[in-house]
Amino acid sequence: MNTNKMRHVVVVGNGMVGYKFCEKLVAKQKNGVQFTLTVFGEEPRVAYDRVHLSAYFDGKTAEDLTMAPESWYAENGIQLYLTDPVVDIDRKRKEVRSHHGMVVPYDYLILATGSGAFVPPVAGVEKDGVFVYRTIEDLDLIQSYARRARKGAVMGGGLLGLEAAKALLDLGLETAHVIEFAPRLMPRQIDDAGSGILQRQLEALGLNIHLSKSTQEITGEDTIKGIQFADGSTLDVDMLIISAGIRPRDELAKATGLDTHPRGGIVVDNFLQTADPAVFAIGECAVVHHMIYGLVAPGYEMAEVVASRLMGEEKEFKPFDMSTKLKLIGTDVASFGDPFIAEPSCRTIAYENKAKGVYKRINISADGKTLLGGILVGDADQYNMLLQTCKNKTILPPDPEDLILGSRGGEEAGAGVMGLPDDALICSCEAITKAMLCHEIGENGHTTIDSLKKATKACTGCGGCTPLVKDLIQGVQKQQGHYVRNVLCEHIDYTRQELLDLVKMNSLKTFDDVLDTFGKGDGCEVCKPAVASILASLWNENILEKGRATIQDSNDRFLANIQKGGTYSVVPRIPGGEITPDKLIVIGQVAKKYGLYTKITGGQRIDLFGAHVGDLPLIWEELINAGFESGHAYGKSLRTVKSCVGSTWCRFGVQDSVSFAIEVEDRYKGVRSPHKIKSGVSGCIRECAEAQSKDFGIIATEKGWNLYVGGNGGSKPQHAQLLASDVDKETCIRYIDRFLMFYIKTADPLTRTATWMNKMEGGMTYLKAVVVDDVLGIADDLEREMQLLVDTFKCEWKEVVDNPELRKRFAHFVNVPEQKDPTVEFESLREMKRAKEWK
Amino acid sequence: METLFAEKEEIIWYLACRAEDVPVDGGACVLINGHQIAIYNFARRGEWYATDNECPHRQQMALSRGMIGSQGDEPKVACPFHKKTFSLQTGQCLNDDGYQIMTFPVKVTNGMVYIGVE
Repeated sequence: MNTNKMRHVVVVGNGMVGYKFCEKLVAKQKNGVQFTLTVFGEEPRVAYDRVHLSAYFDGKTAEDLTMAPESWYAENGIQLYLTDPVVDIDRKRKEVRSHHGMVVPYDYLILATGSGAFVPPVAGVEKDGVFVYRTIEDLDLIQSYARRARKGAVMGGGLLGLEAAKALLDLGLETAHVIEFAPRLMPRQIDDAGSGILQRQLEALGLNIHLSKSTQEITGEDTIKGIQFADGSTLDVDMLIISAGIRPRDELAKATGLDTHPRGGIVVDNFLQTADPAVFAIGECAVVHHMIYGLVAPGYEMAEVVASRLMGEEKEFKPFDMSTKLKLIGTDVASFGDPFIAEPSCRTIAYENKAKGVYKRINISADGKTLLGGILVGDADQYNMLLQTCKNKTILPPDPEDLILGSRGGEEAGAGVMGLPDDALICSCEAITKAMLCHEIGENGHTTIDSLKKATKACTGCGGCTPLVKDLIQGVQKQQGHYVRNVLCEHIDYTRQELLDLVKMNSLKTFDDVLDTFGKGDGCEVCKPAVASILASLWNENILEKGRATIQDSNDRFLANIQKGGTYSVVPRIPGGEITPDKLIVIGQVAKKYGLYTKITGGQRIDLFGAHVGDLPLIWEELINAGFESGHAYGKSLRTVKSCVGSTWCRFGVQDSVSFAIEVEDRYKGVRSPHKIKSGVSGCIRECAEAQSKDFGIIATEKGWNLYVGGNGGSKPQHAQLLASDVDKETCIRYIDRFLMFYIKTADPLTRTATWMNKMEGGMTYLKAVVVDDVLGIADDLEREMQLLVDTFKCEWKEVVDNPELRKRFAHFVNVPEQKDPTVEFESLREMKRAKEWK
Repeated sequence: METLFAEKEEIIWYLACRAEDVPVDGGACVLINGHQIAIYNFARRGEWYATDNECPHRQQMALSRGMIGSQGDEPKVACPFHKKTFSLQTGQCLNDDGYQIMTFPVKVTNGMVYIGVE
């Protein structure tokens, strides 16, 4: 290929693949050869992420989905025409003509026209209320029409169709139907058994699934009223989204005499070249290896092949692995290798758990040595490892069922990511191998996900490889003999535990002292709150004094939780969830006076939302006068001790759980820690206070109390483990003192007790040895340190209310303190209000 | 900011607040001609900075409530909402290339803080 002089490339289509081609060519140009680029796009906006189109309904904006802003094209010298499709190609003169009459000559023409929605030839598809699901404009139309619709349907039970159906529910329709022609959902990815599991999951969400249904007619006058099926049945609907597959956009190619496939698509060779050597086709409009590749990863690879060939590099588009893993409305669905190959060509192992909604199938070569493919529904955690095992033809262990069931009673199956061969493809979107990543991590020092993203673009596509990449970073560093130390940040080269000991030994009380003695630079949003927490845990002085206000995270700085729109929420402490009628009335009066939205929290308290920053001291003044204290809902500290009503009222209760909960909450209130701490006390084994999901939980027994530690709700729920059983109150408190103080002194920043214990060598056995058996001989110190915090407790809101200097900081504008932020807006909601949705 | 940026090339200095109104090594918000501007008293570096108060990520008036600090030599502020960080010198977002805020010159004389607008 002659690359000596400046050549002009025209790209027809500004979709994901068209954009990726530009990006790759621009990157390669840095080697010297120059092309000028012109891009024509039919849509009014620059290329956006169509794979995550449904996220648009979840609050992502068009900007969020944009691949690169319009300025990127200009900065790289690319002439971009939007809303201006190419309408004619003159291959003789080598020029294209656009809808607006722009005529641009080319040396190379790249057709990246993509595909449109396939609309089956059913009578009535032109009626109002019938949509396709393809562009942001389609979504806007659907969204506005859905406001007056109650019943909706989606034609097509593939990936996109199911997402569209979920969107219908999210848009507030009462019923949503999915109509699929095939006898199963996602027929290209999963088998009947997998579809069965998926169907149950989707039906649980409220979708109505109709399989083996052939649509005959869309009924209604001008507007859709219903659907008539070939089997005589009907369905009443107000709107219909058609998602029955794609149709490659090949009309332009056809008109200029290029070879197209009878079922659609521009026919190209292994180099993505048409019969005209100056014309290429990439992405969903191209037919390569006799097929359309309807995924983005192979599209990107096509872009890479063509960009490379224009630069004079030898490269060929090889048959592309179509394995996929996706999260479909909360359910994992994955298929890899050859998912459908059946016996006798292979041996199939299947596992189905209808109760848990999990189906797994692997297909193993007849000789039992290699993995040929498989399907995962409901739990695809093993997808990456299975895919690698399949692609790299790794020899299977003697009990291959361990691959999907996990090993029972032995070591973990497989050797993890470090056991993979060097050429294993880790990021399939960007075609990045293990060797490339290891090189960047080991040789070039890219040891964070962010810097690896910048260096290699790994994890920037679907993001599915991120866990593997994280494991690789750890693995390579360990291999290099690095002791992986979790230091705070660029300013402080110590772990939190080390720094806490140093600050204590040197009696440091301000951030500047700590930074001057043990750090460098000016600090940042990572080390400032970490040091703030350490200072509070050691000395328990007011967090807003001595220059400490500005090192607190925003919530601590204003002693309230910042919410959407910049207002704050207020949570008074209600120990154990017990509150008098008089205090309830005060909360109601305060909320009414300051126009606050009120909600009962999960921790048996009352949260008051929508307070202007300037109103906070006034609100607290009234609450404090009524006998309330700060609830520390804003702090990394004890939140609440939830309780059940216990033996005082409950006919099952064996101990007074409310009184104990109040005692515990009053003891540890205000204690600052690496992360928030939650607790609960249950009056009997029925466990109504859910104490086992708390950082420390107490459950009454006939003989005393059982103490559990390390529980967690949140995204990764974990049950607390038993630390001591049948102990009396005093012993229980002593153990909690030791446990909490040990946690406060040794955990990394923002690490909950569950994670801290999971990382602890020796785990629960070790923790028990320290807390109960005192093998380190530190129990007395821990108890003494905790007692100091208990004895020095002061309500920080009372201190602010009583201190004019501190009060002054609670103003939105320092030059007009009486004025509230005029940009704060509320919407009304069920007789109260809510924050205005952000864009 | 149209009215503030009317065709004039020279800087107009607006009285913003007293120096003591802005916490040491922190920020505060002032209202100038209807526009919200965040002022930072970066005492540790002996410098003052001013930027938009609005974080462009979710259009929240919050930057003055953010923590300030440095990345290498670059002074920065972190939005309290989602921790987007912005250079106090250039306004460039340091952890997401897509965002940019405005910065303004600051002058402190006789304990009063002035913001310069071109």
